[in-house]
Amino acid sequence: MTAITRDEVAHLARLSRLALGEDELDHLAAQLDQIISAVARVQEVAAQDIPPTSHALPLSNVYRADEVRPSLPPEQALGGAPAAEEQRFRVPRILGEEA
Amino acid sequence: MSDLTRKTAAELAGLVASGEASAVEVARAHLERVAAVDGQVHAFLHVDEEAVLAQARAVDERRAAGERLGPLAGVPIAHKDVFTTADMPTTAGSKILEGWRPPYDATVTARLRAAGLVILGKANMDEFAMGSSTENSAFGPSRNPWDLTRVPGGSSGGSSAAVAAYEAPLATGTDTGGSIRQPAAVTGIVGVKPTYGGSSRYGVIAFASSLDTPGPFARTVLDAALLHEAFSGHDPMDSTSIDAPVPPVVEAARRADVAGLRVGVVKELAGDGYQPGVLARYREAVELLESLGAKVVEVSCPHFGYALPAYYLIAPSECSSNLARFDAMRYGLRVGDDGTRSAEEVMALTRAQGFGAEVKRRIMLGTYALSSGYYDAYYGKAQQVRTLIKRDFEAAFEQVDVLVSPTTPTTAFPIGERADDPMAMYLADLCTIPANLAGVPAISVPCGLAEPDAAGGEGGGLPVGLQVMAPVLADDRVYRVGAAVEKALEDRWGGPLLAKAPELAEAAQ
Amino acid sequence: MSTLALMDYDEAVSRYEPVLGVETHIELGTASKMFCGCATTFGAPPNTQVCPVCLGLPGALPVANRAAIEGIIKIGLALNCEIAEWCRFARKNYFYPDMPKNYQISQYDEPLCVDGHLDVEVDGETYRIGIERVHMEEDTGKSMHVGGATGRIQGADHSLVDYNRAGIPLVEIVTKPITGTGDKAPLVARAYATELRELVRALGVSDVRMEQGSMRCDVNVSLMPRGSSQWGTRTETKNVNSLRSVERAVRHEIERQAAVLASGGAVVQETRHFHEDSGTTTAGRSKEEAQDYRYFPEPDLVPMAPSREWVEELRASLPELPAARRRRVQREWNLSDLELRDVVNAGALDLIESTVKAGASPAAARKWWMNELSRRATEQGVELADLPVTPEQVARVQEMVDAGELNDKLARQVFEGVLAGEGDPDQVVAARGLKIVSDDGELAAIVDQAIADNPDVADKVRGGKVAAAGALVGAVMRATGGKADAARARQLILEKLGAS
Repeated sequence: MTAITRDEVAHLARLSRLALGEDELDHLAAQLDQIISAVARVQEVAAQDIPPTSHALPLSNVYRADEVRPSLPPEQALGGAPAAEEQRFRVPRILGEEA
Repeated sequence: MSDLTRKTAAELAGLVASGEASAVEVARAHLERVAAVDGQVHAFLHVDEEAVLAQARAVDERRAAGERLGPLAGVPIAHKDVFTTADMPTTAGSKILEGWRPPYDATVTARLRAAGLVILGKANMDEFAMGSSTENSAFGPSRNPWDLTRVPGGSSGGSSAAVAAYEAPLATGTDTGGSIRQPAAVTGIVGVKPTYGGSSRYGVIAFASSLDTPGPFARTVLDAALLHEAFSGHDPMDSTSIDAPVPPVVEAARRADVAGLRVGVVKELAGDGYQPGVLARYREAVELLESLGAKVVEVSCPHFGYALPAYYLIAPSECSSNLARFDAMRYGLRVGDDGTRSAEEVMALTRAQGFGAEVKRRIMLGTYALSSGYYDAYYGKAQQVRTLIKRDFEAAFEQVDVLVSPTTPTTAFPIGERADDPMAMYLADLCTIPANLAGVPAISVPCGLAEPDAAGGEGGGLPVGLQVMAPVLADDRVYRVGAAVEKALEDRWGGPLLAKAPELAEAAQ
Repeated sequence: MSTLALMDYDEAVSRYEPVLGVETHIELGTASKMFCGCATTFGAPPNTQVCPVCLGLPGALPVANRAAIEGIIKIGLALNCEIAEWCRFARKNYFYPDMPKNYQISQYDEPLCVDGHLDVEVDGETYRIGIERVHMEEDTGKSMHVGGATGRIQGADHSLVDYNRAGIPLVEIVTKPITGTGDKAPLVARAYATELRELVRALGVSDVRMEQGSMRCDVNVSLMPRGSSQWGTRTETKNVNSLRSVERAVRHEIERQAAVLASGGAVVQETRHFHEDSGTTTAGRSKEEAQDYRYFPEPDLVPMAPSREWVEELRASLPELPAARRRRVQREWNLSDLELRDVVNAGALDLIESTVKAGASPAAARKWWMNELSRRATEQGVELADLPVTPEQVARVQEMVDAGELNDKLARQVFEGVLAGEGDPDQVVAARGLKIVSDDGELAAIVDQAIADNPDVADKVRGGKVAAAGALVGAVMRATGGKADAARARQLILEKLGAS
């Protein structure tokens, strides 16, 4: 029994914004199938009444004061940009609103 | 070979502070060593000699001006390339960040500078800290100074290799599932994962945020403690940073005494799948602790067996989100922007070309584990296992003061052996992962060399690490136990384990 | 989408019952951003209010702004919500170039505030709008689309992104489904948005300016056939950027969906975009795959567990809220429901209240703001509050009227001067010489002249036709350019003509 299908892997690649070739998808599908089957072991022990842990330590309420701190100079903010124009990040055309 | 490169960090700082050696001399000796051996070891991704000497000169000037220097001032350090540095490129071992110059210093970087440490360069690592061998570095693997055909561990393998090869007395690392302790173990040095939140993650390029923990590498427990103290402590820039004093790790390393300490041997972290040579050294170390006056008992942590699968759901899930920002829009690599492709296409092309196989594998796995319909069965369950593992630790620490186990199931494996076998690679973190899931501190200290196996001799004559784990914020205990083991074994061996490593051939300069 | 088929509104609401939902995003007016110390000033040059954190640079980490958390708790309390005792931030994962980390820090199944309500009034009827949740999140950057038609995203060849807005604290307020509004649905939606804006403004946590995007509404509409209890498929209309647009967008979706349903079609569950110019909505890009945001607890931020003491402190600090305030002024100023509504709709409540505080009677204050000044604001096409006249100045003018130094006509001239930038009322009076002529000596001479000039009228008055005196008063007013005290002039005329 396979834990994950080739189509699901292709879907995950789109969701993850990874333009993977056919060979890479095949290879990954096999590996992911193996890994997912192995990690599914977590389902053996975790019963409904066990609370999940999202953070290593139980800290809470960490806030900062509403104080303005210096921003980066624009030349530094844009310094790593693959392309910039008019002090803005230049990006390829966007395919419409997503959210 | 310069004498200075064989000294401990504490000794070097002493020489600089007393004026017996200048920071510049210390830096030069290490730069020479790097030049001589790094061609073989490949511990560093970036070394800028002038910048190194400038830092060293600044320390000498501070001393000349009568400033009281910190306990590590003038000591060179290899800095894992996962920490941002405003004056050096920061790549996290990835092609997607090749040549990126961050506009800011990580908190750990800033604290190293403030303490007068001289950053020698950026250490190689598995891409985005994902891996146990540095084979996932986009810039080629580092090599284990004990055997150049073998891995130095990972992900902080450049750091461990640099320290084991005497290129630097100290190094920084980050430990998400064992990325400090495992490389320390397989290169015969000391590595510590502090309590989660004890050291700042600000400026650490994230792999798995709820697990990532910066920590020190050194050749001695005391050096590790000095470095731990230098860069740890509360950071208001990291919400998960603990607002409490750094545990007295230096004092504990000096104390090096385990008399009366209750030591728990984790029943589940030994047995099948462990290299016999590793288990032999481990059992001797446990006996040694007993002979030093520790009360050793066996402790069961029944859910530790589920730590590895839980980790390989939690870490990839967080990484799939953390690495989404590498999208070719604001920094880093951009592929295929030919004026016709959309942003979406450019992102997907760039990510496909910029990330290596392991990173892609984990992004895909994490995306899967978090996607609707699978979340409860995978990520949700893994988080419940995390609770069970925390409870195992809590129960264990009601009986004992520290827990011990081998650091890794095997000694250093040959480069290429597990490169395309992810499940085999993941086993390297079997013993180290529980501490990350629970956030507790842990150390790896050398406990000897594995004998060649009766069967084939694979992995023999290579270092084995002993792992010591303690409760949250009891980091001092792991130093105390680590230092006691170190002292007793050095007495037995007549020197440090690393002295048994073969000398590397120095390249002509 | 084929051509736009619409059903007549009255017919649509006679055949279908609308169900609404409104999601409102409000940018909080904190000094610094939600998770970093960058300033939040509107209109700053591009990418000057950014840092490693809000640019999503590798390694940067968020730390939550306490003032933003206080702001959202205040909003939650004002909306009668329960404040969670423990909740977490969550990451909402999706790729978009204006979102620096390609996830938005938001909240998922643990919002900070839940289960409240807000009462709104339409045509004298009160509707209780249920509030599902109020949660904290961060805003995105802003893209400028280059090369296409008029800055539209479609057809552009590239975009330029400014991240100044990225990371500004954003509160999302989600209503429960709003049912039973019938043909009033568009008005109820508008009234809700209006009331919410007033409420948040009163709290002082945001400037809630829709035209600057600090308040943005998405409206969900679905229709069910009258008599049915089965809700229809809903659409979500985005980009609704004024109160009027809220009303229009709902109305348009009702007309459009009714036409679709009546022709036997099915409403598509989709995101639609509202177009201010045409008052219509169009479908967003259809997605190949359903969105999967892969929410999970944000590991970089620790949970929020607002103590009950803190919540109660915040509750105690809440100012008088708009509904209570309206009830109070209605009582204090003795207004009818209709008068109150007019004042509120004109945006005059604050102004009148300040004018009263500055010494004017409520009636006089209301008269100036609702008549003369409203007329001038309309003429100039500005909001009443944006007229260059202060409540203190209005009170001063009224003071002069009460003292008999100005009459209404002169007072209007004083306002004209103030609005023209000629100074405060006293300066305008002095510069324009607008003081009433009430000196008896001077006035008596003018009255004598008026009587002399109009002997026929004077005779009529002498003969007992007191009403005819008005013509003489008019003559006096003409002679003084309107500055005479009309009442005193009349008194003098009647005295002199023996008719008093």
